[in-house]
Amino acid sequence: MDLISFRDLDKGTVEKIFGIAEDMDHQLERKKVEKLDGIMATLFFEPSTRTKLSFQSSAERLGLQVVDFLADRSSLKKGESFTDTIRTVDGYCDVIAMRHPAEGAARLAAEVADAPVLNGGDGANQHPTQTLLDLYTIRKLKGKIAGLNIHLVGDLKHARTMHSLVYGLGMFGAKVTMVAPKGLELEEHIVHEAEKKFNFKMESRDSIDLKDADVLYVCRVQEERFADKYEAAKVKKEFTISADYIRKGKKDLVIMHPLPKLDEIPAEVDAMPQAKYFEQARNGIPIRMACIKMLLEGA
Amino acid sequence: MLKVDIIEHGTVVDHIQAGMGKKVLDILGIDEKSGNRVALVMNVPSQKMGKKDILKVEGVLISAEKTDAIALISPRASVNLIKDGKVVEKKQAELPESLHGVGKCPNPNCISMQEKAAGKFHLEGQKYRCEYCERVFKPAELL
Ligand SMILES: [Zn+2]
Repeated sequence: MDLISFRDLDKGTVEKIFGIAEDMDHQLERKKVEKLDGIMATLFFEPSTRTKLSFQSSAERLGLQVVDFLADRSSLKKGESFTDTIRTVDGYCDVIAMRHPAEGAARLAAEVADAPVLNGGDGANQHPTQTLLDLYTIRKLKGKIAGLNIHLVGDLKHARTMHSLVYGLGMFGAKVTMVAPKGLELEEHIVHEAEKKFNFKMESRDSIDLKDADVLYVCRVQEERFADKYEAAKVKKEFTISADYIRKGKKDLVIMHPLPKLDEIPAEVDAMPQAKYFEQARNGIPIRMACIKMLLEGA
Repeated sequence: MLKVDIIEHGTVVDHIQAGMGKKVLDILGIDEKSGNRVALVMNVPSQKMGKKDILKVEGVLISAEKTDAIALISPRASVNLIKDGKVVEKKQAELPESLHGVGKCPNPNCISMQEKAAGKFHLEGQKYRCEYCERVFKPAELL
């Protein structure tokens, strides 16, 4: 088995991953993790320090050894084909965690490698462990996902994980409200696919109103996306999640962010009990441990 | 209507969407070098389609794979295989459930483009999803 795309997963498999992740959480708490044997290779063809660290740390927690392929210093520069690189690394390890700027790279790698492949991001396409940890965080903090009001706020068009997140939220029966600046809305075919597949309807708004929100998922709005500087400044201001906004919302609101965050969430919010994005990032560990374990055990 | 010789052994592709006849020739890989006798009749009045193209190729029985590829650009086309002056098989071009090696992903950021891997697609409604980049395309975009 490989983990390439959230689209390949059914609800049963996602719940199974959550179950293993929960078990990992308990083992981590007790500081006694059942060890596995083997070597994980991390192949990051584009830099992503956080994701790579999270994969490496998860593997080490499981007792695996980690070998790292440094794309910039090795054979890539000599023009070796991608599939040759994968075949070579495949011979050195038991599981591969990879990121690549081209969409579909992890799928192609999984076709040529014997070792299971974990997709840590392929271009603008998929980043399934991020989606899993996002859903796991909501489930852990709220006890459920079904029926919750989830507000997705910011540049939904360019946020890498947004399309698989709405897919996952649909799978678990959440109520989704999308709040994006004009022109930065989630692409229609992505909305349609999720709505059709899971038979639900997402709401769209153009301004933030947190009154009924249980979860607020914030994505960055980048100035470069606007031709007009004034327009950019105005939208950035409107989509900054101030402490005032949060005080108007529910007491047990959960604020999430895929990180790294810039000024879309001011530092004053970090200290508020609603801010859960660092905890969300930490949940990447039990989730990635669970995925690695599941792939290694071939279950 | 233009008179075109009846063929003894070969293929007649009928009900090609008007204007797509030349593309069908491309799919079949027929050009001046291949030496086949070919008649392409364009803009033929048709009750079903308004206008259509018809292609007759002498000496070639086109494969099922090519028939599928024709469906991508002309979903209503029919393919008639002719032997000894008789139609021995009539096939309706149909959008295949999956495409393997037929068609190329038009997304420049797709690994199948960059690595020149054979395209892989599956049908979702009337469109194809690339199994690599997972984007969805109209059938004609794959050729
Ligand atoms: Zn593609």
